[in-house]
Amino acid sequence: MNKGLLLMAAATFAFAAPALAQTIAITGGTLAIGDGSELVPNGTVVIANGKVVAAGPNVAVPAGAKMIDARGKWVTPGLVSGYSRVGLVEVPGVSETNDSGAQGLPFSAAIDVAPAINPLANPVAISRTAGVTRAVVVPQASGGIFAGQGAVIDLGADMSPITKARAFQYVEMGEEGAKQAGGSRPALYLRFRTMLREAQAYAKVPASYDGRSTDALLTRVDAEALAPVVNGAMPLLVHVESARDILAVLALRQEFPALRLILAGAAEGWMVASQIAAAKVPVIAGGLDDLPSAFEKLAATQSNVGRMVKAGVSVSMGLMERDEGLQLRLATQQAGNMVALNKIPGAAGLSWGQALRTITSAPAEAMGLGDRIGSLRPGRAADVVLWDGDPLEMESAPVSVWIDGVEQPIDNRQTKLRDRYATPAEGGLPKAYSW
Amino acid sequence: MRIASIAMALASLACAGTAIAAKKDRQEAPAPGAGSSAEPENPFPSTYKPYPGVPTVIRGATIYDGEGGRIDNGVVFLSGGKVTAIGGPDTPIPADVAVIDAKGKWVTPGVIDIHSHLGDYPSPSVAALSDGNEATSPVTAHVWAEHSVWPQDPGFGRAMANGGVTTLQILPGSANLFGGRGVTLKNVPARTMQGMKFRGAPYSLKMACGENPKRVYGSKGREPSTRMGNMAVDRQTWIKAREYQKKRAAGKDQTRDLGMETLADVLEGKILVQNHCYRADEMANVIDMAKEFGYKVTAFHHAVESYKIADLLRDNGICSAMWGDWYGFKMEAYDGIKENIPLVHNAGACAIVHSDDENGIQRLNQEAAKALGAGRRMGIDVPDEIAWTWLAINPAKAMGIADKTGSLKPGKMGDVVLWNGDPFSTYTRPEKVWVDGALLYDAMDPKRRSVSDFELGQIGAGDVK
Repeated sequence: MNKGLLLMAAATFAFAAPALAQTIAITGGTLAIGDGSELVPNGTVVIANGKVVAAGPNVAVPAGAKMIDARGKWVTPGLVSGYSRVGLVEVPGVSETNDSGAQGLPFSAAIDVAPAINPLANPVAISRTAGVTRAVVVPQASGGIFAGQGAVIDLGADMSPITKARAFQYVEMGEEGAKQAGGSRPALYLRFRTMLREAQAYAKVPASYDGRSTDALLTRVDAEALAPVVNGAMPLLVHVESARDILAVLALRQEFPALRLILAGAAEGWMVASQIAAAKVPVIAGGLDDLPSAFEKLAATQSNVGRMVKAGVSVSMGLMERDEGLQLRLATQQAGNMVALNKIPGAAGLSWGQALRTITSAPAEAMGLGDRIGSLRPGRAADVVLWDGDPLEMESAPVSVWIDGVEQPIDNRQTKLRDRYATPAEGGLPKAYSW
Repeated sequence: MRIASIAMALASLACAGTAIAAKKDRQEAPAPGAGSSAEPENPFPSTYKPYPGVPTVIRGATIYDGEGGRIDNGVVFLSGGKVTAIGGPDTPIPADVAVIDAKGKWVTPGVIDIHSHLGDYPSPSVAALSDGNEATSPVTAHVWAEHSVWPQDPGFGRAMANGGVTTLQILPGSANLFGGRGVTLKNVPARTMQGMKFRGAPYSLKMACGENPKRVYGSKGREPSTRMGNMAVDRQTWIKAREYQKKRAAGKDQTRDLGMETLADVLEGKILVQNHCYRADEMANVIDMAKEFGYKVTAFHHAVESYKIADLLRDNGICSAMWGDWYGFKMEAYDGIKENIPLVHNAGACAIVHSDDENGIQRLNQEAAKALGAGRRMGIDVPDEIAWTWLAINPAKAMGIADKTGSLKPGKMGDVVLWNGDPFSTYTRPEKVWVDGALLYDAMDPKRRSVSDFELGQIGAGDVK
């Protein structure tokens, strides 16, 4: 407990002056690179200056490196949540603390979550404690079909959370999109195409774009925000679930060929997996969705991810529709269950390495950041987690977490509550004095 | 959606599905007087009948018996719908029965979920099928969750195939202080709710503390709008219920009142109180209120702060039905911790893993594993076979069915799961599930997989899910 307090104190000071990342060698552990390759027994990871130097079975340890003995433990890259709202939310049910979405605004696509990310939010620390080091942060569409520009962040105990601001634009193109567009898919598609054409017009001659004309759907700021989407400079993360909606979205590239599409959800993606693969469009899926929770998800199955991967789609997993701000730690459960499917006849599962990839390098690559984060290949950010057991098992937990080579505190508000109430009865003083 | 589903209540009357159960109810009623003589004991009786099974021996598995016992290389014998024998490798079994070689696999009693809204909040979650909360008055003790159960909810089949769930309690939502009666179901596909109803299971009364009632009614400008309002309405209602119960017990004439009948049955100990309550301080208030009016709380549900008062819960004999790791989605869940379940267990109080969720019910074993791991890291080393009580005998006790199911004891229902590995591993799934000795799910046989009417003829029907 005292150690925990010291770590917290250290973390607090780190906000002012991030600790210089030293050279560290983590040796003897069961090692996963995170790129889809299978486990390396007795592997070594060397990190220096905040980057991965090398990771694998026969890696030389530089002289003077700080040695971490990982025998009996597992080593992975930090987990990357492919879909979350972490840092935007403290308590989802308390509106003052929930920055997911807003209503009644004159703009939508121009929204930028980056300045609102709170690195001190408790769910950030709780997720970090569970080995999540990076996250895709998605704004919520509540004032139109476009939700705005999301970010990729790190979950470090410091005040600089942004890995990439304005990493993508988000749009609803299924049942929710139809609702936001006025109540129908035809209205949704007309709205989408009209908005993108306006953004094209803006991109051509920004000064002449009149966002105030009664015909205009986009204000100037929204047109400015969508210009890089329509010209392919910024990815478009599209929430879509049904097979027919997926095909309709893929077809949008006939009219807007530069669109860099990423699909979010895609519960029925397995039905059109070959088309998604041919379009080279990555998918961020929920993984465990297997109920027809909506008419756009009638064919939902846990084999969705495995079938898409087998068809050649790059698939990541994230939190779809629930707990997006809180439960990023469910990533390991999602991945472990993909492995479980291999034992069920007729189901499509993932190998262990593929499963880990869906929560590490695949989301990083979907965001165009595969060369920077998400795996232990050389040159990537030194986001490393040392686990007390197989990370995809629910009884396991991290024992150490590094982000950009900096060792992180792995206690949080919940571990403090745990320690305070390890025995329920009050002691010589009320429990309020135990901290 | 989460918040809506979180509010639930169970209400129960002795489920009078059978002549035997009805007779028992009459025997237990202290003095069925004029007021109750016209009441049918069982207006919606169970029509569930076990499906035919074949005598089956499962040999070689690691067995968790659901009461804390473990047998390695064990034998379970099912016949006549019952567990007929359980023991080590030398357990005598008839020569001419089917034998399943289960080496390297695990056998447990069927998982029991004490808190589900399947059927009441079914898939697809469209408004036309959303029947889980009669959120029109803070006191709706008169509603019965069973009347909202849609047996075609595809979630029932998923709970069996992926979660090994054989019994579940369907509760009304938690918008109301008194949400109504809950019902216990066998997890079998059926044309009617009655066809799923667990014979002889007592009913429950769903109550709710905290944010939901005060938010739902306070936002309508009605009472309650505060926690003190919650308690005041509760107590006023119990005062009326006691008057009604006294008159009924004395055989005096009074107009039938469905809500009061349920509450009077609670006061007579025939209906079990399942109380949605997050915060420790509120649970303590409810415990005192129950003493004031002479009833017992059987279990607190969603009890994310039970770890703060595990001693109090132990001393009052109240179970806690908990999630593995939910926290923080609303203010009263802010202090949820992963060690809640092991801390409650370690204090000697009754711990139950529950779902309140159509997805979570498919992985209650994994929720328990989260709790196990968190406990072990803080030095609470609960053996796996003991932890299985959180999914088996403990919920069975809190649902009043522990004499019938919830463990693998000779004479109990043949509700059994054969797991294809360690059931606390994420890599494990049910391989076969029996309900009353009938094989109703087999991962190795696509035709032993239920397809609800809703899914029949639709894309994905019959797919592995």
